[in-house]
Amino acid sequence: MKDIAQRALNVAQLQGASYADVRIIHQQTQSIVVKNGHVEALSHNQNQGVGIRVVVNGSWGFASSSILSVKEAERVGARAAQIARASALVKTSNVALGPPEVHVAHYHTSVEIDPFSVPLQDKIDLLLAADAEMRRVKGITVAKGNMDFVRENEVFASTEGSYIEQEFVESGAGIEAIAVGEDEVQTRSFPNSFGRQQGKAGYEYIGNQELVENAQRTAEEAVALLCAPPCPSRVTTLILDSTQLALQLHESCGHPIELDRVMGEEASFAGTSFLTRDKLGSFRYGSPLVNIYADATIPGALGTFGYDDEGVPAQRTRIVKDGIFVGYLTSRETAAWLGQRSNGTMRADGWNRIPLIRMTNINLEPGTWELDDLIADTDDGIYMATNKSWSIDDKRLNFQFGTQLAYEIKKGKRGRMLRNATYTGITPEFWGSCDAICSEKHWQVWGLPNCGKGEPVQAAHVAHGTAPARFRNVRVGLM
Amino acid sequence: MLGPERMKEIAQRVLALSKAEQTEVLLLGEDTQLTRFANSRIHQNVAERNVEVRVRAVAGKKVGVATINDLSDGALQEVVEQALEIALLQPENPDFQSLPRPRPLPEVESFFQATADHSPEKRAQEIHTICKLSTENRLIASGAFTTSSLEICVHNSLGVFAHAPTTVSDLTVVIMSDDSSGYASASSPDVSDINAEQIGREAIDKALRSHSSKAIKPDEYPVILEEYAVAEMLLYMAYLGFGALAVQEGRSFMANRFGQRITGENISIWDDGLDKSGMPLPFDFEGVPKQRVNLIRNGVATAVVYDSYAAAKEGKESTGHALPAPNTYGPQPTNLFMKPGKATKQEMLASVERGLWVTRFHYVNPVHPLKAILTGMTRDGTFWIEHGEIKGAVKNLRFTQGVLEALSEVRMISEETKLIRDFLGGIRAPALCIDRFAFTGVTEF
Repeated sequence: MKDIAQRALNVAQLQGASYADVRIIHQQTQSIVVKNGHVEALSHNQNQGVGIRVVVNGSWGFASSSILSVKEAERVGARAAQIARASALVKTSNVALGPPEVHVAHYHTSVEIDPFSVPLQDKIDLLLAADAEMRRVKGITVAKGNMDFVRENEVFASTEGSYIEQEFVESGAGIEAIAVGEDEVQTRSFPNSFGRQQGKAGYEYIGNQELVENAQRTAEEAVALLCAPPCPSRVTTLILDSTQLALQLHESCGHPIELDRVMGEEASFAGTSFLTRDKLGSFRYGSPLVNIYADATIPGALGTFGYDDEGVPAQRTRIVKDGIFVGYLTSRETAAWLGQRSNGTMRADGWNRIPLIRMTNINLEPGTWELDDLIADTDDGIYMATNKSWSIDDKRLNFQFGTQLAYEIKKGKRGRMLRNATYTGITPEFWGSCDAICSEKHWQVWGLPNCGKGEPVQAAHVAHGTAPARFRNVRVGLM
Repeated sequence: MLGPERMKEIAQRVLALSKAEQTEVLLLGEDTQLTRFANSRIHQNVAERNVEVRVRAVAGKKVGVATINDLSDGALQEVVEQALEIALLQPENPDFQSLPRPRPLPEVESFFQATADHSPEKRAQEIHTICKLSTENRLIASGAFTTSSLEICVHNSLGVFAHAPTTVSDLTVVIMSDDSSGYASASSPDVSDINAEQIGREAIDKALRSHSSKAIKPDEYPVILEEYAVAEMLLYMAYLGFGALAVQEGRSFMANRFGQRITGENISIWDDGLDKSGMPLPFDFEGVPKQRVNLIRNGVATAVVYDSYAAAKEGKESTGHALPAPNTYGPQPTNLFMKPGKATKQEMLASVERGLWVTRFHYVNPVHPLKAILTGMTRDGTFWIEHGEIKGAVKNLRFTQGVLEALSEVRMISEETKLIRDFLGGIRAPALCIDRFAFTGVTEF
């Protein structure tokens, strides 16, 4: 691989590149889906290629190919330079990357059990066992389970002298029960929605999820939801479980702190951000209880790595301190605009995509409450769990979420189950109303394997650590 | 682009290597270029060349899929063996019957050399025109210009062989100032159809007119939805309800409602992969010829689309709407059309006493899939209408609305339609004037 990388960089420099980097990636994935007692889909995918990013005449160009050869690397390097020259026809300033990043390193995900070494039959048997448990519950129309495994080997090299080899391993699994009634379809999933709970870990991560043990309860909740009363429309106190709070954090904090987005670079697609540069260091994002940080070094978390796709080391960065907005996610180019150094969040979802600023593991620091005490302390409200639908405006202010499950809270006790629960709000008002966060005991990192951004769309694997939290005066029940 | 002969040679090599009872090979070739611009400069400019080999091996009622993008002999041997190996390891799927058998394939022209040849320099020139116009109007331009050549080849051991090249071009433009924004886009298989200056001017006009927006109270209002917003609704209808598997599993709004009126009589929606005014492709990802399927005719739920797996469950034939295997979501329509009416947008505007004009939606998601209730935001040009005239811009609103209810109250449909690119095809949609549309929230801009 080293000869391909070096040749691509050499050609780019000969074509006038003031900077170039190359990534050579080989990715292997295994995906299993079981449904209603049989294997619905089983696939094994291998994918490889080389992507070259260059700066010529002060502008960016990128080209990629699935053919891994020195000759093709020469073609792709020259192509990237040609594209960069075309970019320079419409530029307002020259690309500046700040100080060089030079690292020669090796990193790999720490794994106890290589998921690709586990017999396929064992994986299928586990999913079918959970599937059977769900279908034992009367009223279940569809029972589903899935597992996904990823191994990615990446070489990064740059004209500044970096040469970094990384190996990432991911494991994920989840189950879902669907009950269909008259004019109603209700879904419950475990441990989370979006198909599965995934981490940068080996097969041991699957064993810890207790899919079979939770299958019957998951199915029973789906059936019970068919007959549950709808969530009433009103303003009330809301307690979110940690899975839903993870997505709330993702949409209303993770995306608006991406500095490329703030600077308008995603304006035509996903939008911009209300967290403009004038707000850095002074804007009240949430209540004084709210402390948020990005950390790409948490063992086992889906957004963890050694170096980002610009070769910058993984870091921990404070985002919100005591409710005040204090930090962005940055790249080398955007950090230079602020006179800072990149905090290492540029990632691409393959050899054929450019790196973009992506969330790593964006986490809400735990508080001090026990969940039972929090419910007991709530006179009137609603508890919502597990995401079902999500939507937020293009500056990340007005949001609306729906959850799979909800319970009313009356006089400090959990009451009736409610179906089709939704809540809506404006981001800083919502986080400003946070008056309680549960303790470290309830804090968990949730992997999100489908974060979309960019054109062509890239799906990033990110994560969020959260514990259940309480919010006051929230509008619920919009349908 | 590998071309039909080279693709056929690879596909035949894969089939010859396979020891499975039935084998299918799907080759997907791609040569895509995309130029993005923001802050009136090109900031991302990319090119990709890739060929993926996807092998589906069948052993009785067991199916395994393996993919690779390495075309060497050793890699092809490996992917063929892997597909069969994982098929043999699993229990039987009683619902699986067979890979499709050969059927006569229609011909439809969807490859345009002008698109394939469109260079980064040409894209830059067209983007420069848009950025210059924006700057002259003290506005900021952003957007994306894609040109793509694709090649699809399906060959299976039952005799199916299908090959088609196709091209796609797509330009989206968002023009902004500190307190306004406007949007326009154009899509076509032939890049010669895309007039960048015209698209830029359309978005600039919107941005210039959406300054100083005022908040209005969320409520039910009459609404004019431009083609972009209508296409978004149709996309979600396809995703939620127009596929046979969704009906079989009871999660589609079409389930148990065939023959019943589900929208107004003036609404007809169909899928037609052979219509040259869309993004045509003669066959699906199983090599089955695409059929026109009338989904909603004069307001009545008529039919849904099938792939071979969903069709076999009901003893029917595939309508040519398979996605690449393995596909657990089921068949999908990828070339939707809504029947145009006779109105102009000016006539629609004149008919509204008090209401809203919506350019496009943003971040739409289903709230209640079975009832096709969606939520989302308006974006890039939302205006207040009074006495048949646009009176000014309003702050963006959140809607929470059942699509079928909205399509039951369509007052007027535009004669003009627009082609809007979808993930795997395109949607040709008219603008709609709807008597009632539920807005449930408002944002700060």
